[in-house]
Amino acid sequence: MNYNWNWSIFFEPAPGGTGTYFDMLLSGLWLTIQTGIFAWIIALIFGSIVGVLRTLPSKTAYWIGFAWVEFFRNMPLLVQLFLWFFVLPELLPRSWGLWLKQMPNAPFYTAAIGVGLFMSARVAVQLAAGIASLPRGQKQAATALGLTTFQGYRYVLLPIAFRIIMPPLTSEFLNTIKNTAVAITIGLIELTGQARSMQEFSFQVFEAFTAATVMYLLINIVVVTGMRFLERSLAIPGYITGK
Amino acid sequence: MFASFDFDVIRRSLGYLFLDGMAFTLTLTALSALGGIIFGTLIALMRLSGFKVLGRIAGLYVDFMRSLPLVLVIFWFYFLVPYLGQWLTGASRPISVGAFTSALVTFIMFEAAYFSEIMRAGIQSISKGQPAAANALGMTYAQTMRYVVLPQAFRNMLPVLLTQTIVLFQDTSLVYVLSMPDFLGAASKVAQRDGRLVEMYLFAAVVYFTISCVASFGVRRLQARISIVR
Repeated sequence: MNYNWNWSIFFEPAPGGTGTYFDMLLSGLWLTIQTGIFAWIIALIFGSIVGVLRTLPSKTAYWIGFAWVEFFRNMPLLVQLFLWFFVLPELLPRSWGLWLKQMPNAPFYTAAIGVGLFMSARVAVQLAAGIASLPRGQKQAATALGLTTFQGYRYVLLPIAFRIIMPPLTSEFLNTIKNTAVAITIGLIELTGQARSMQEFSFQVFEAFTAATVMYLLINIVVVTGMRFLERSLAIPGYITGK
Repeated sequence: MFASFDFDVIRRSLGYLFLDGMAFTLTLTALSALGGIIFGTLIALMRLSGFKVLGRIAGLYVDFMRSLPLVLVIFWFYFLVPYLGQWLTGASRPISVGAFTSALVTFIMFEAAYFSEIMRAGIQSISKGQPAAANALGMTYAQTMRYVVLPQAFRNMLPVLLTQTIVLFQDTSLVYVLSMPDFLGAASKVAQRDGRLVEMYLFAAVVYFTISCVASFGVRRLQARISIVR
């Protein structure tokens, strides 16, 4: 391979005068983590609400949950980000649209909300499956104790359902972090974006992408280890994951 | 709010959008799914073969691919494929590869990791008696896989494989980052040329949504039919 390797490129100052190329990648890594966590919070909140809606006896609630999931699942994430970023400000009343367009950090908020809503559909499906997997007796016992539907979910069904779906939720969290890379298309310079600009400035393609790859692998290892620890401490003794 | 809409821009560009853009997207999806399933099956067989080293390599490949964002993998292969081509053909300099080939290699290699997990589950779902019976009939490993295990595994996993293909269909829109002329790329080119972002992106969203919805509805019907047969 006649490619000029130059691993010391990371310690050379990057154009822009804010530090070395390595600092550039680190700031990208930090932005990826921030966007990923923000998006994950949104995905968890909306996913929980929609997931519960899908399991309620009410037909209307079921259909709302169904429509939400189908809407966010059947469009590419990239197209959804474009809709939020380019189309939404035009469809809103003029003054709101202007406010949206002039908002500082618009790519960051768009990415966090867009990826968050996209992932909320997946969280909802997982949670609905988790609730459905509980024995019918749980819900009946809650009713027999005189708990309202809300209380039944809050104190009986959800605490167990969430623990059951911990392993799939871990991979959905990782997917959320990976999906933030799509936001490069709306101008969010996160880890992949920084690797790309490092490649454009320095022409050291493979060093830049190797570094980004290693950083993504590190994120994965940290998240998987952390979640395994959390899973173990939250496992219900004698129940499913509790060994 | 739809008063200033110019629906004519969609009508004018229909030919370009579908005959060029959608054709690119669908060809890429079909070939990537085919290649991904073939490679994925090989990886699954490696993981399930008794050879520890082979299984480790396959497992590492799958875990590695699955922990990277597709966008990064697209960039990787875009720059890597010319060098790979040089290495394979023994040329003296990196060969130039078309946008389509580069995207195809990317998606096959990336999706193979996901398809292999599906095929692994499919192969493991076959009861032990099946390969044992094939063995008793004097079949070799290749014959057992070819005539007994894989046909059943494919059949059981068909709905999941097709669902993954729908995901792949949506994921091909990411070739946008290399400004390739897929459906979204075509829509975006028209949008920027005519200054009609709202109309074109809404239209693209509707098209992707319709195709994915119809396809997943079809998969659900298929699943219902298959589960009755078993």
